[in-house]
Amino acid sequence: MPELRNFTLNFGPQHPAAHGVLRMVLELDGEVVMRADPHIGLLHRATEKLAESKTWIQSVPYMDRLDYMSMMCNEHAYCMAIERLLQIEVPIRAQYIRVMFDEITRILNHLLWIGCHGLDVGAMTMVLYAFREREDLVDAYEAVSGARMHAAYYRPGGVYRDLPDRMSQYKESKWKSAAQIKPFNDARSGSLLDFLDDFSSRFPKLLDEYETLLTDNRIWKQRLVDVGIVSPERALQRGFTGPMLRGSGIAWDLRKKQPYEVYDRVDFDIPIGKTGDSYDRYLVRMEEMRQANRILKQCIDWLRLNPGPVMSDNHKVAPPNREAMKSNMEELIHHFKLCTEGMHVPEGEVYAGVEHPKGEFGIYVISDGANKPYRLKIRAPGYVHLSAMDEMARGHMLADVVTIIGSQDVVFGEIDR
Amino acid sequence: MSAKLEALCQNLNECLGDRLQSLKVAFGEVTIEVDAAEYLSVMQTLRDAPELAFEELIDLCGVDYSTYANVPRSGPRFAAVSHLLSISKNWRVRVRCFAPDDDFPSLPSVTSVWNCVNWFEREAFDLIGIVFPGHDDLRRILTDYGFIGHPFRKDFPVSGYVEMRYDPEQQRVIYQPVTIEPREVTPRIVREATYGDVDHA
Repeated sequence: MPELRNFTLNFGPQHPAAHGVLRMVLELDGEVVMRADPHIGLLHRATEKLAESKTWIQSVPYMDRLDYMSMMCNEHAYCMAIERLLQIEVPIRAQYIRVMFDEITRILNHLLWIGCHGLDVGAMTMVLYAFREREDLVDAYEAVSGARMHAAYYRPGGVYRDLPDRMSQYKESKWKSAAQIKPFNDARSGSLLDFLDDFSSRFPKLLDEYETLLTDNRIWKQRLVDVGIVSPERALQRGFTGPMLRGSGIAWDLRKKQPYEVYDRVDFDIPIGKTGDSYDRYLVRMEEMRQANRILKQCIDWLRLNPGPVMSDNHKVAPPNREAMKSNMEELIHHFKLCTEGMHVPEGEVYAGVEHPKGEFGIYVISDGANKPYRLKIRAPGYVHLSAMDEMARGHMLADVVTIIGSQDVVFGEIDR
Repeated sequence: MSAKLEALCQNLNECLGDRLQSLKVAFGEVTIEVDAAEYLSVMQTLRDAPELAFEELIDLCGVDYSTYANVPRSGPRFAAVSHLLSISKNWRVRVRCFAPDDDFPSLPSVTSVWNCVNWFEREAFDLIGIVFPGHDDLRRILTDYGFIGHPFRKDFPVSGYVEMRYDPEQQRVIYQPVTIEPREVTPRIVREATYGDVDHA
């Protein structure tokens, strides 16, 4: 009788459904997964070590590159940690801007997730629709920061600058005539807030479109329902947060339970799942996009009515404005000290967590009073979720592994750090 | 201090008693320190005591305290710092446990208490070099296969010791000593508390 052995398969690191550089060693019995061993670290850049040799402000752009699908939420946690150590107050307008961009980021992240998840599972059209809407939101990123992805817009003490009064417009070219670009430019004729207002009024309809494509789609359901079930007890044991935890039926959302910035002033609901399978997590994320859109709308309305400063006036932390710096000796000194030595953060340690689109994203920082962090630890939600891969994939078919990776919504920038 | 934090501190004192080395409240967060010998039992209590109910471990990381505040250090060098979260009570605590031996830092693994700590302990082992007896799969996780050293220790240079390149003669990827010099644009400075005649707040 021939010897029977399990088959070991390398999944990734170049597999398109591995969402980046995941190498997974799968032990298969026929087509059934007996063991999944993710090998990570192929994108390890030692962000935490690099931050130890950079001044506090210089590490803000590193945060964008962690989870490169939800850039501003990463910055948010980092800035919040520094602000707590410094015990400075962020102006209320900056808080609203942060909440607004957090929710824009959430929609950005979930749109990319639904696009790629769809692509993995076989719904090819989704990615095209999702990227159409993402385009508008990355334009909003570009309008405030000049960068479409790696914004570095949140700074300790507030945000880099106030919202712009005008949007950039498409220009006539050899390929696009004036008549062709007109519909694109219609929504861009006003300020950024007008543009976002237009987006948020269009978006629920677009979400309905996605749901028509997917929610009751027979193939979609066959691929997702009852795949990767996580019970609430196991979800807690495995340290799940965010949509992964809510998909398992636990109503936990930092925005509600431990509100930061102005989340206690806006109105929204937390969706939760019932069975804890991939389909529930899909439904939770879809509803989260609707809720994010609701928050976005409320922030736009508030921001229209309430002008004000967007940066702290503590010039030991935030740079003084250009005019003051040129005319006032003290401000010049502040500017010089900030740009050469950087701010000093008092001794202490703090953990700041935000409700990131993927779960709880936390920054634990230890400061010894220097102009650089002593130790920075990034708590990435995807890292914890991926560590449950073995448990979730065991006993499923090989093709379900792709669904599970998709429903975990992993991005390797944050997992490998 | 808010009523919630006071209740948490009181419950921690009651449940842990003598096993608590210190309890500090700063920036609205509670930090407790425990001895390595009681680390595992404290963690078990933190999860199981109904007054505390820390169902979730959010994070565990290793810290190397050797160059803290640029002064020579007298106490132990390595510590594991965990962040716990209670979903039902809605509070958090930070647990710090110093590893007694600097040359071979070792702390009991808490994988039996919270399964999710598995990868965090692997990471702390990989980057800082803390060993966790009781962990069933303590492999390196983030660094390269066959990596030597623990890169997040303070005596490990930022640029590392080896670099990788493709060698056209041997037609394979080779490792060689690093050719770049570490450079620091802004020096690390710890100012005295009264510097600039203003406090930071």
